[in-house]
Amino acid sequence: MQLTVWTYEGPPHVGAMRVVTGMRDTHLVLHAPQGDTYADLLFTMIERRGHRPPVSFTTFQARDLGSDTAGIFQASLRDAAERFQPKAMLVGASCTAELIQDDPGGLATAMGLGMPVIALELPSYSRKENWGAAETFYAMVRGLADKSVTRAPMEGRRPRANLLGPTALGFRHRDDVREVSALLARMGVDVAVVAPMGAGPEDIARLGEADFNVLMYPETGDTAARWLEKTFRQPVVRTVPIGQGATAAFIAEVAAVAGVAPVGPEESRLPWWSHSVDSTYLTGKRVFIFGDATHAIAMARVARDELGFEVVGLGCYNREFAREMRTAAALYGVEPLISDDYLQVESAIAALQPELVLGTQMERHIAKRLRIPCAVISAPVHVQDFPARHSPVMGFEGANVLFDTLIHPLVMGLEEHLLTMFREDHEFHDGVGPSHLGAGSGGEAPSRSLARVASPASGGGALVGEAVNSPTPGPSPEPKATKGEREGSGGEVSLVPGEGGWTAEAERELLKIPFFVRGKARRNTESYARDRGVGVITLDTLYEAKAHHAR
Amino acid sequence: MATVQVQEGPMTAIRAPVLKERGQREVFCGLTGIVWLHRKMQDAFFLVVGSRTCAHLLQSAAGVMIFAEPRFATAIIEERDLAGLADANEELDRVVGRLLDRRPDIRTLFLVGSCPSEVIKLDLAKAAQRLDRTPNARGAVRVLNYSGSGIETTFTQGEDACLAALVPEMPAGDVSQLLLVGALPDIVEDQFLRLFAEIGIPVVRCLPGRRAMDLPPVGAGTRFLMAQPFLGETAAALERRGAVRVDALFPFGAEGTTAWAGAAADAFGIDPMALRRAVAPGRERAKRALERARTVLQGKRISFLPDSQLEIPLARFLANELGMVPVEVGTPYLHKQHMAAELAALPAGVLLSEGQDVDRQLDRVRRERPDITVCGLGLANPLEAEGLTTKWSIELVFSPVHGFEQAGDLAELFARPLRRREMLRV
Repeated sequence: MQLTVWTYEGPPHVGAMRVVTGMRDTHLVLHAPQGDTYADLLFTMIERRGHRPPVSFTTFQARDLGSDTAGIFQASLRDAAERFQPKAMLVGASCTAELIQDDPGGLATAMGLGMPVIALELPSYSRKENWGAAETFYAMVRGLADKSVTRAPMEGRRPRANLLGPTALGFRHRDDVREVSALLARMGVDVAVVAPMGAGPEDIARLGEADFNVLMYPETGDTAARWLEKTFRQPVVRTVPIGQGATAAFIAEVAAVAGVAPVGPEESRLPWWSHSVDSTYLTGKRVFIFGDATHAIAMARVARDELGFEVVGLGCYNREFAREMRTAAALYGVEPLISDDYLQVESAIAALQPELVLGTQMERHIAKRLRIPCAVISAPVHVQDFPARHSPVMGFEGANVLFDTLIHPLVMGLEEHLLTMFREDHEFHDGVGPSHLGAGSGGEAPSRSLARVASPASGGGALVGEAVNSPTPGPSPEPKATKGEREGSGGEVSLVPGEGGWTAEAERELLKIPFFVRGKARRNTESYARDRGVGVITLDTLYEAKAHHAR
Repeated sequence: MATVQVQEGPMTAIRAPVLKERGQREVFCGLTGIVWLHRKMQDAFFLVVGSRTCAHLLQSAAGVMIFAEPRFATAIIEERDLAGLADANEELDRVVGRLLDRRPDIRTLFLVGSCPSEVIKLDLAKAAQRLDRTPNARGAVRVLNYSGSGIETTFTQGEDACLAALVPEMPAGDVSQLLLVGALPDIVEDQFLRLFAEIGIPVVRCLPGRRAMDLPPVGAGTRFLMAQPFLGETAAALERRGAVRVDALFPFGAEGTTAWAGAAADAFGIDPMALRRAVAPGRERAKRALERARTVLQGKRISFLPDSQLEIPLARFLANELGMVPVEVGTPYLHKQHMAAELAALPAGVLLSEGQDVDRQLDRVRRERPDITVCGLGLANPLEAEGLTTKWSIELVFSPVHGFEQAGDLAELFARPLRRREMLRV
């Protein structure tokens, strides 16, 4: 048994859900107990999809176990086939159903549904989400690809490529597909099929028509790419175009494979931005990188070669790519960290004390705790990393995005450092988070007003910041404001409690209100008390005011 | 696969038939209860014995809470644990030992059963007995067991199973007392304790308390008042210990809270005048606070998909205090006795449903097109995309919504999505 609070990856059936949710006209029936539908909300909330995932669950309960769970499975499958009319179905079992040993594949075959039904083996007690996605995609490709397809002769047509690996709930997959497709189009290469994302079973059937495959995400697409390579002799472009240099290498590889001319690599602003003097203070910034292997390895190259950071730590949570990670870590002379235990990652970061952490949602929180700037570069991510705006990480626009993303927390780090020099240290107040954490950092009004006052100073912050910032590695004690400065800011920040004041009981009650609305509650109550000439704010005043303002 | 049968409803004035459905259920399992229970019981730790799916569910349900050193974790069963049961028990002892060494502040440890642990018949009750009060580095820890599995429990039933496991641990005592049952946010609990003190009920205790070690006594003198509707097992366990349930509406809204507190006052023979004096200010405030939402909600049609068992009391509140029109009220489980007063207070013509076949139920929602549909997060955005207005239900379990002072907030939770739909011009 493994003691766990945080998991970098879900179980393999969530990977299967990512594949079918990305696709069209397919439906997955999962043999799973009541409650496993929780995974739906990853797609409807984090990725904000306006459709339910095309996944049905048998949701068996304890009372079903003694009787006919196989019957429940077949009934669910029949219902789903009739209701959703997919062109292909997939069947599988979640962790609990794996233990009761009904055979979804066999049961489905026995039913003769008149459409392809692909059985998935998802070993929940030894494998995880990415493996589940890769295996599902592979099973689908092997089951549906039409082996009789032959490629048309090259004469008189543009070369064609499939894009393999993008799925639902993939980090920036939506925009990476657009970016890579545009890049290929500029080189005169057409995209034949993007899969699994956006593909239907008929698209999977014609995968063999393309001249080569672009493996965008090895974690989810490598197994299928290797099968296609063997079956249709399609070469695979394996360079992942993340960063300026990798995108140039990708272009060169595509040009060689497709027999087309490479396009110029000057489109990204990253090289000039990075050369500009404002970036000088980035030199040698010590960075720790952790995520899925593909993103972590790509980011290490960007960090060192394109931004001038020093990579002091590199690792991934997916053991399937341990070999690639070890090779990459050797390039930077660091010990690779291959672990899915966040406590191990935390202690590595704490020991290395980097100046910037690039990681997942989890590293964001570790960095917050250790008070180190951080940017998110890999799944698992939360809702804010499925943005509305175009935000690829691949290609030239991706390089622009990366420059901004990786630099922003550092600039903000400097800004924050400057701010603390000119005000009383509110850092450990529960309402104030570091500014690199974005929207949650506002807290009560005082810190916001201070940030506004001080922000003009940070525009020219790099010069000052260079001198001020460099001697303080990590979370060392921050300089305290002098008495005079404290008084100066104190007059501005204090929430004037009116002529009267709060009874201890009312004050305690106020503290039970979450910090992010507490300031508003305080102001409302005080204005209510002032308007009515109430001298002392009691519990009753607090709730009278609450009722008053509710109207 | 759905089997549909219409049964005679409970013996209420309306004798509403209840549509019972089985099929795919779009609900959480009982493990989710850990997310709020661990906040309430500050000396307790919840160790789920389950799979990676269980850990992933808790992570998804807990959101950012997962980063705040929460007092819960999952012992993930791995392939080698499945090989032989003896090994699994040894592994569990090892994990528990490590956990208690790391967290010496823990006084109560719940071993929480999951679907996988139950299907492999890992006997967590026995494991809890074995580990119970085994001294660790800092003294003895009470180790208890309950099931939060999806095959046994739906969402809030996890709290029921947890509290029911605490009841046998309560010391015996025949002292006359009122026991409030159900985990409430501290601020709400404090309001209720002040209210009952003002009403004049001398001894009022809570289950659960803020510390799981400090359990109130229970015995023939105990009258218990349920603050939550989903506590059937806990109520039965308390009754087995001689406690007597006070039948009441649940404390949602001005009327619900008045009736709830009034039922307790009756049980303790409190002078009705004293009761009226004590509740009047809060009741008036609540009514005033409801006025704003009423302008939005009056006459609006609402459907509830099953989630927490709060659906019937909330529908009653929205119908009677805000003039809403309930169309379908679905609940994962309907306890006829505990819900009798609520059902009697519900307007006629409401379709009551128990259990779920989610696709059929969504067909009904699409046919009826209520003004607002209360449902889980897996369904809310898809329904919004179809042009329906929704209120995601889990917020009703996590937010302070009980009692007089929260009545306006509770109404606002339903009014806001409607107001927003009116506001948006995109």
